[in-house]
Amino acid sequence: MDISNALRSWVDKRFPLTQLWNDHVGKYYCPKNFNIFYYFGSLALFVLVLQIITGIWLTMNYNPSAEGAFDSIEYIMRDVPFGWLLRYMHSTGASFFFIVVYLHMLRAMLYGSYQKPRELIWILGMIIYLCLMMEAFFGYLLPWGQMSFWGAKVITSLFGAVPFIGDWLMEIIRGDYNVSGVTLNRFFALHVVAIPLILLGIVVAHILALHEVGSNNPDGIEIKALKDENGNPKDGITFHPYYTVKDGFGLVFFLILFSIVLFYFPTMGGYFLEAPNFDPANELVTPEHIAPVWYFTPFYAILRAIPDKLAGVIAMGIAVVIFFFLPWLDRSKVKSIRYRGIYYKFFLTVFVISFVILGWLGMEVPTPEKTLLAQICSFVYFSFFFLMPIYTTLDKNKTVPKRVT
Amino acid sequence: MNSYKMNLNRRKFLTNTTAVVGGIGVAFATVPFVGSWLPSAKTKALGAPVEIDISQIEEGQKITVAWRGQPVFIVNRSAEHINLSRNMSNEQLRDPNSNESLQPEYARNDIRSIRENILVLIGLCTHLGCVPLYKPKMGELDSTWKGGFFCPCHGSKFDLSGRVFKGVPAPTNLSIPPHKYVGENRILIGEGV
Repeated sequence: MDISNALRSWVDKRFPLTQLWNDHVGKYYCPKNFNIFYYFGSLALFVLVLQIITGIWLTMNYNPSAEGAFDSIEYIMRDVPFGWLLRYMHSTGASFFFIVVYLHMLRAMLYGSYQKPRELIWILGMIIYLCLMMEAFFGYLLPWGQMSFWGAKVITSLFGAVPFIGDWLMEIIRGDYNVSGVTLNRFFALHVVAIPLILLGIVVAHILALHEVGSNNPDGIEIKALKDENGNPKDGITFHPYYTVKDGFGLVFFLILFSIVLFYFPTMGGYFLEAPNFDPANELVTPEHIAPVWYFTPFYAILRAIPDKLAGVIAMGIAVVIFFFLPWLDRSKVKSIRYRGIYYKFFLTVFVISFVILGWLGMEVPTPEKTLLAQICSFVYFSFFFLMPIYTTLDKNKTVPKRVT
Repeated sequence: MNSYKMNLNRRKFLTNTTAVVGGIGVAFATVPFVGSWLPSAKTKALGAPVEIDISQIEEGQKITVAWRGQPVFIVNRSAEHINLSRNMSNEQLRDPNSNESLQPEYARNDIRSIRENILVLIGLCTHLGCVPLYKPKMGELDSTWKGGFFCPCHGSKFDLSGRVFKGVPAPTNLSIPPHKYVGENRILIGEGV
């Protein structure tokens, strides 16, 4: 026995290293028919690591106070060696995180990955998504620019719509009578310590739940149903080396796109970093036009579409929370869109279109025509969910094959 | 020694009572953590009342002062402004008598002020807290506009007494902070009569 084997066996008697590797990588069987949509899980993990590392480096030079925050960002951008690169990696990473996560969620909706027995994977994923939204919101206040301040102000004001305790709730979130340095300090603590800790824990649970049940695939067929003489799925291949290599290829492609944005369009024409945020926060002057960063705009458009404060806030809340119930709203016996009937295909298509239009409307200045369009799109958005039990029951599905194609 | 018999009921009772007492302990332990998020003594001290000299505000002019980090508008309304606001038809307003809105009792009248001409408002839209713009001129916004405040964020409109119009997202009239006159031309924002 050579030295490396001896060392491994010494560790294995004390810590289940080989077992962990085999359970989750070496002998974890995945369906052999993963397509392009199956890149986004591992890409999301990559971006999470990137955000944590660049985030740690940024905190080394950032100053979380109302007096120092804006200047310390400029200091990072101009005086800290490679500070501009670390900061742009972090800000570009935030937008790419949401691109990757939205496509990851679309994958689940295309192939029914949230359906039984993967409901918990979906719910844990939705908790990750909520954590990401909080991360993004808390993080956006930190540069202490005009959009940071007014964005935080608008979003914390949403809690003022809660009956009876609204004002108290707003005060306890801000720690002041208005968004101020006190708010900045606590958002910093939440952004760099509290939420990342929760996020990491839930990500581990998300992957453990996935590896317990096994991955879904574009055909929506349970590969565990058909096993060979060794007890391994006939349509399965081990994660390593097959998918480590595939995901590696995907990562390289992703990094090319990421680098193009990072080095040539770090503000992405105001979509990734908004122009008013290059002005320091001023509590007495509202910018001409307040819009959240692009990944929140669909929900923001729903909020604005309803001409009543409390109802608007409730509608926006439901628009996010409704995703949690997807596994139970979908009554279809078929997982993948390949074998579903025309109704689901139609509803998913108009849902995606209305989500994109809402995303655009959320960035625009409201006019009566645009508000009407936002109301129509909000109606389509909610119809997709609330009518789902009906149209997925009525849908004429095709026969699902026994083996993956 | 072997004659000892397990009393499962007693075990269950002890486990349950420990869980309940422990749960109450945890509930009380959250008090300092939640309470620590409330405004600190320093924040409260910075929220002390501010005294403003209003003799320099010309007729029709609006000044903005900061109180508790919030903009406070002080407007010197002209006689025409006051008349327009008085004659505003209740049909157009969501809360014409300020029943749902926040204001001290002494400013809850038809033109929402202690002195007829001096209007004091918290300059934050009651929708989502943007700073509304002062648009006092007739027809400044559209042909039917009679002067008032307009929020650029989501299009809420208010009249020259800060009362909200119907059909806009803001639910209530602009709030009025507690304030009182401490001299002919001096006003104290943050402390009522």
